Amino acid sequence: MGQKRGFWHEFKKNKALFLMLLPGFIVLLLNNYLPMFGVIIAFKNFKFVGDTFIESLLKSEWVGFKNFKFLFNTADAYAITRNTLLYNLAFIVIGLVVAVGLAVALSEMRFPRLARIYQGAMFLPYFLSWVVASYLVYAFLGFDTGFINKTILARLGLPPVSWYNDPRPWPFILVFMHLWKWAGYNCVVYLAAILSIDPEYYEAAIIDGASKWQQITNITIPQLVPLMTVLTLLNIGRIFYADFGLFFHIPRNTGILYPVTNVIDTYVYNTLLYMGDIGMSSAAGLYQAVVGFTLVIITNTVIRKTNRDYALF
Amino acid sequence: MKKASFGPTAISPLANLILTVVLGLIAFVIIMPVILVIVVSFSGEQSVLRYGFSFFPKQWSLEAYKFLFALRYQLFNAYWITIQVTLLGTVLSLMTMSFYAYAISRKDFKYRNFFTFFVVITIMFNGGLVPWYLVSTQLLHLQDRLWGLIFPYLMDAWWVLILRTNFRTSVPEELIEAAKIDGAGEFRLFFSVVAPLARAALATIGLLCTLRFWNDWWLGLLLINDPRKTPLQLLLYRVYNAIQFLLQSPGNLPKEDVLSNLPANTVRMAMCVVVIAPILVVFPFFQRYFVKGLTIGAIKS
Repeated sequence: MGQKRGFWHEFKKNKALFLMLLPGFIVLLLNNYLPMFGVIIAFKNFKFVGDTFIESLLKSEWVGFKNFKFLFNTADAYAITRNTLLYNLAFIVIGLVVAVGLAVALSEMRFPRLARIYQGAMFLPYFLSWVVASYLVYAFLGFDTGFINKTILARLGLPPVSWYNDPRPWPFILVFMHLWKWAGYNCVVYLAAILSIDPEYYEAAIIDGASKWQQITNITIPQLVPLMTVLTLLNIGRIFYADFGLFFHIPRNTGILYPVTNVIDTYVYNTLLYMGDIGMSSAAGLYQAVVGFTLVIITNTVIRKTNRDYALF
Repeated sequence: MKKASFGPTAISPLANLILTVVLGLIAFVIIMPVILVIVVSFSGEQSVLRYGFSFFPKQWSLEAYKFLFALRYQLFNAYWITIQVTLLGTVLSLMTMSFYAYAISRKDFKYRNFFTFFVVITIMFNGGLVPWYLVSTQLLHLQDRLWGLIFPYLMDAWWVLILRTNFRTSVPEELIEAAKIDGAGEFRLFFSVVAPLARAALATIGLLCTLRFWNDWWLGLLLINDPRKTPLQLLLYRVYNAIQFLLQSPGNLPKEDVLSNLPANTVRMAMCVVVIAPILVVFPFFQRYFVKGLTIGAIKS
């Protein structure tokens, strides 16, 4: 009772604050929380049997873990899990090395104005959508007219490659495109951190006769480690979520390429919208959400132990 | 890059030369595809068909843009949809997020932890695509509505948290106390004290919102079927497939139709250029704000 009176008292005192919270609260409620309750769809054989969505949801038959059993009996379940994890792992490791490498290199360049132009060029892909990127990739990989087949391979006297029909090169293409889009962005983040390192460290190192390389490995990199750790942990927390746009638009959602391009997010989308299989797709979605939730909790605990400021809770 | 460019701390001229060349090559490789697409869009279809996409086309031409002119109504319409969504979306989402962030940034607000947690939970757990899709289409009826392209993006948990932290660090508590003693209401406090002090963070989040709405194809892909409600990025996605469909089945084309000798390759690229042109134009100006903003977002001040 005391709690309740306390709330009304607070409410009257802070009416304006509650009013400010209201729009955001409603958005979260409708857009984020309602779907959370919708996860029960994964345990039902959902059919449009009622007049309204809620009625259909209630009337649909409970099937327990049947949807999950179906999902994990398909070869897809293993393939999409493997693809999602391995690609994200590659993105995290290669992305970190490239971004830090570029940032250090740019910060050491002796032509600051040119370095700024380079940085701008590398940052451009961040502003372009994956749909646009898919056109750029097509300009290179198209079979009849693509730059690689018609100019590079033709000059080398090699036969054209049917890029959109051959799964083998796609792991490299996807990793390359991920780097293309994000390396510049992450490089800017690390560059900002490098510029905020106290110059006194370098001055002291020079007095001690440290070479440039020793300065980089003994000052610059160690100073970046906290940021690297936090960003990497945040990425590991999201390792079960794939970048849908990359895996959907760049390979043009081509069936032949699925063995190496299908990730959990594209699988859920295709199963829901092309195959109309609500049971299977909601099971895959919940599988992703539960594992993803566990990973966020674990990484957050680790972050809290290493750097409290960056912890989510 | 404010570091001394020359002097004892700098790298040797040879290392500098190597870095300059290698980094220049990397930067070039990154923007090269954009240049190729622009060049191809101004190439003659015949030369493209014979020699492929090339940086130095044998023949320059505006034919792709002439054909695109036949699609001008769809194009203008998509532009108009995207402009509306971007303007409305940016204003509304910035207001929704900053109000919310302001309330949970107030240390004297008793329920701030509850409402903070209410946002944080959405980062940790989500219902997945299927329940979201069913709720949005069956319950909220966001299908084929402009509102549907805005509503789901009104709140972004990370951005709310960034704003909250920024409000806390850039506005001294005493200032809020003083304004409250003067009898200022929360809205006045927000607009006349907090917002001006935190304008860098607000501008950054505003730019991020603008970019997100401008570049969005995801909500369109899920919610829009009506061609009159198609935003720009979704149109770009659909045009590729539509042209593919026409190419693969020539029977689909009426003989007398303007599209019957469609320069498919160059038109596609011209379409892409029309979509990215505004970004390429504003990019040089906004780039540095983003760089500044990123620092706010990634490294808590």
